Amino acid sequence: MPETCIYIARSSAIAARALAGEMMVMNSADSTFFTLNEVATTIFQAADGHTPLRDIVRDHVCEQFDVDPEQAQADAEQFVAELSGHGILLVSSQPLASETP
Amino acid sequence: MAAPQKVACVEIGGIPIALSTCDEGFHDLLRQRYDGFLSSSRPEFELEFDLTSMGPVSDDDVRVRRDGDDWLIERGDFQARWDPRTGRGSVRQNANPYSLDSVLRILHSLILAQRGGFLLHAASAICDGRAYLFSGVSGAGKTTMTRLAPADITLLTDEISYLRPNADGYSAFGTPFAGELARAGENCTAPVAALFFLEQGSENRVDELPSAEAVRRLMRNILFFAEDQGLVEKLLATACEFVARVPIRRLTFYPDARVWDRVRNFERNFAGDFAGNLQEVPEHA
Repeated sequence: MPETCIYIARSSAIAARALAGEMMVMNSADSTFFTLNEVATTIFQAADGHTPLRDIVRDHVCEQFDVDPEQAQADAEQFVAELSGHGILLVSSQPLASETP
Repeated sequence: MAAPQKVACVEIGGIPIALSTCDEGFHDLLRQRYDGFLSSSRPEFELEFDLTSMGPVSDDDVRVRRDGDDWLIERGDFQARWDPRTGRGSVRQNANPYSLDSVLRILHSLILAQRGGFLLHAASAICDGRAYLFSGVSGAGKTTMTRLAPADITLLTDEISYLRPNADGYSAFGTPFAGELARAGENCTAPVAALFFLEQGSENRVDELPSAEAVRRLMRNILFFAEDQGLVEKLLATACEFVARVPIRRLTFYPDARVWDRVRNFERNFAGDFAGNLQEVPEHA
């Protein structure tokens, strides 16, 4: 069975700022606030809407961090599901236009 | 013929706002409530009050949103519209001081957001010419800290601290917005020396907070109501700027007067630590 691609893009309804290696993200719709660790920040920054998540994990996460690729993919999918649930990331099986400039 | 408008100019945080009403009783009420913050400065902003029958004062969530260029501020007990381009606005509310306080706080939070400042759930006081802020969740000890303050401490507020950037960091201003202490702060200002997040414990100690944790705690305690993407981005930038420029610590304290010795000595110790760090910098650096 062919593997389904997941595309992720940052929502336009957020404010984000990097500080001391971590990314602060605030959802302007409900004022929820998140702090992303380094790995999560790498995925968040690479979420351009047209790079599949598995490529982000392979080219960014596995390149920069000493992680098992399968575990990294599973963790990334869980992280993406959590952030999309909070309206921080948009997720689709088709390429997305990133909402952030 | 309409009754003549009576105007009181209330200056909080160095921002004079003219509050006008046709109702003499309400005019007296707001002069009494903001006594100590009345000003003869030329107002930067104007609010006109229309006293009408609204709902009772409520703890409902306030809604602050854009309507074209205007801000609409709504809660069960008041409805306000403010145009930031002209600086003018109108308020419909009952003749009660609590709605009035809420409207003023929200208006100041909108003005401050554009100027790199903010209102913070925190007590603040001036000690030896420098302002110290004490923030934390309800019950963490904001009012306790102000009650324990020695006689030479100037109380700025026991509830809502008013912060604006200056050339060297930030300044804290006194506010009339009182908490449990039911006492308005002094109308004065001082440069901010430190922000402490309070926790009660069995001893007095001061601990470092990582920057990200400091921003997280700060954002949790900033008064901000607007559903506006641009202002949220600005606010997050302001919080990061504040953390970069102001020492932020966790203050665990045992509720007796000795905690103020810790506060009083903080800047001296902080300067000592900083000097120690400087000495460790290698010569070639």
